[in-house]
Amino acid sequence: MSQTHSNPELEALAASRWRVAAALTACTLVSYFGFILLVAFNKPLMGQQLVPGLSVGILLGALVILAAWGFTGIYVVWANNRYDRALEKLRR
Amino acid sequence: MNPQQAATSIGQPNTTAIVFFLAFVGLTLGITYWAARRTKTTSEFFTAGGGVSALQNGFALAGDFMSAASFLGIAGLVALSGFDGLIYSVGWLVGWPVVTFLIAEPLRNLGKYTFADVVAYRLKQTPVRLAAAVGTLTVVSFYLIAQMVGAGNLIRMMFGLSYEAAVLIVGGVMILYVLFGGMIATTWVQIVKAVLLLAGASALALMVLARFSFNPLALFREAVTQYGPEVLAPGKLVSSPLEAVSLGLALMFGTAGLPHILMRFYTVPNAKAARGSVFYATGLIGYFYLVTFILGFGASVLLGRSTITGVDKGGNMAAPLLAEAVGGTPFLGFISAVAFATILAVVAGLTLSGAAALSHDLWTHVVRKGKAPEHEQLRVARLASFGLGILAIILGILFKGQNVAFMVGLAFAIAASANFPALLLSMAWKGFTTRGAVASMLTGALSAVLFIFLSPTVQVEMLGKAEALFPLKNPGLVTMPLAFLVGWVVSLLTPEPEAASRFPEVRHRMHVGAEADTPQPSPTPESASAEPALPSR
Repeated sequence: MSQTHSNPELEALAASRWRVAAALTACTLVSYFGFILLVAFNKPLMGQQLVPGLSVGILLGALVILAAWGFTGIYVVWANNRYDRALEKLRR
Repeated sequence: MNPQQAATSIGQPNTTAIVFFLAFVGLTLGITYWAARRTKTTSEFFTAGGGVSALQNGFALAGDFMSAASFLGIAGLVALSGFDGLIYSVGWLVGWPVVTFLIAEPLRNLGKYTFADVVAYRLKQTPVRLAAAVGTLTVVSFYLIAQMVGAGNLIRMMFGLSYEAAVLIVGGVMILYVLFGGMIATTWVQIVKAVLLLAGASALALMVLARFSFNPLALFREAVTQYGPEVLAPGKLVSSPLEAVSLGLALMFGTAGLPHILMRFYTVPNAKAARGSVFYATGLIGYFYLVTFILGFGASVLLGRSTITGVDKGGNMAAPLLAEAVGGTPFLGFISAVAFATILAVVAGLTLSGAAALSHDLWTHVVRKGKAPEHEQLRVARLASFGLGILAIILGILFKGQNVAFMVGLAFAIAASANFPALLLSMAWKGFTTRGAVASMLTGALSAVLFIFLSPTVQVEMLGKAEALFPLKNPGLVTMPLAFLVGWVVSLLTPEPEAASRFPEVRHRMHVGAEADTPQPSPTPESASAEPALPSR
């Protein structure tokens, strides 16, 4: 195992995992704090009803929840395929 | 149906509630008996031997997180203020993606029972574990107090039991789960509870939506007819943007620092299962919050706000009242029993994680320097669980009648400030040192507690002073960056070549996992692999 240890491929893989993780964390931060700041600074917009019964705020809130799950899904698909496969190669 | 239905059997002993509750306790104690026979080692006690599947752990994580406070509290908030409740739900959910991306896999690969395993991996054991235990036990204590006091109040309201009896029952049954069944029992209690809670909330939502031809928008329109269009718009919850951002930060990164959540990642066999389990958990919790939103609107439309506040000013009884209105007394009984079960399960998870800090971090590594024999570790773990259980009961009774709702927010702020920065830095930054870690964890924990004490919540609302020294109710915005900064600066000032030289080993194990063990430190030069947001050397 010591050769995987000093393996630059592992370092590259580690770096790519942190990059994906950081990018998706940034997406989550932007979607959530975007929502919060809209609530804080543009209440009239959030209260506007797109169709009777559905306000922009409710739609966006539900979308942030769905997006949070979607981002985790993207990560899991990426990790299960690309990352795990590369890791498997390194192990051999 | 009559929207102003006033008669309710809430607070009177309800046969169905008692039957369902006894059935739940009977079932879970049965599970505990079965689990106790499989709990012979410390690893089985703390991590169920690592044999929990991703889906099971997903349900258990969701169970740990969906507390009675979020079920009853958010439904109540939505019922009384409409849209504002959704702001809360969103905040409670967004920590989960962060856990998935940054924490779950490295934690699984690097640690054994507690998050301190990861921080201490290449640093000096004793100081790091002492500081980590301070963070863990502070978070667990505040969280436990909030849950125990909540349990006492809720059960008094729902079952008509005395506050003290309710606290004693919750504490007593929880001790049985943890003491005898360890993590195996606690995991299954969480799974059973999560399934019941999701099923109960879904059934209730369906019964509500059935009256609106299964169209949530029709329900929202009816709410507008009754309460005006403001019900779909932001109200007074977010009055200060700074306050909202501070709470948001604490919720988002606090989830990634909660000891009882972090501990769950050790119960799965590998990193792949760890990431899968957070994906399931995030979906379940997100679904649950969306359902809760429907329940809140259902309660305000079908019962009327005055009926809800008539029973409990905070609106906490909105969901149970709604259950009674659409499903009759038996359904009320079922929902009440589920709420009770929910508290029990959350308290058990918290106690187990506190016990891990006491026995694994403090006893095994600090007192016995890692040389405690297996049977002694297990005995200390059980003693610690029992002691914490008793402490939870005492704290629950001591804090009777106190406003402790802020304590959950505080627990998240401490977790985000004391635990999360040190955990992330130890995994991502080669230059992190023992003194940096200790300084970061202690600064995070102490500054969060101090600023909460100086905040309007304690100074104005509890002590009745005219103004508070610290302007924010939640200190996350200040204390989390402070903990990062202190960890960074102190590490730069106290270089630790030995810790840095072991970083390749950490990175290797963090990715490849423990199965490819026997790593040897190698002097290879590093490429900067840290997250861009962090200092990379």
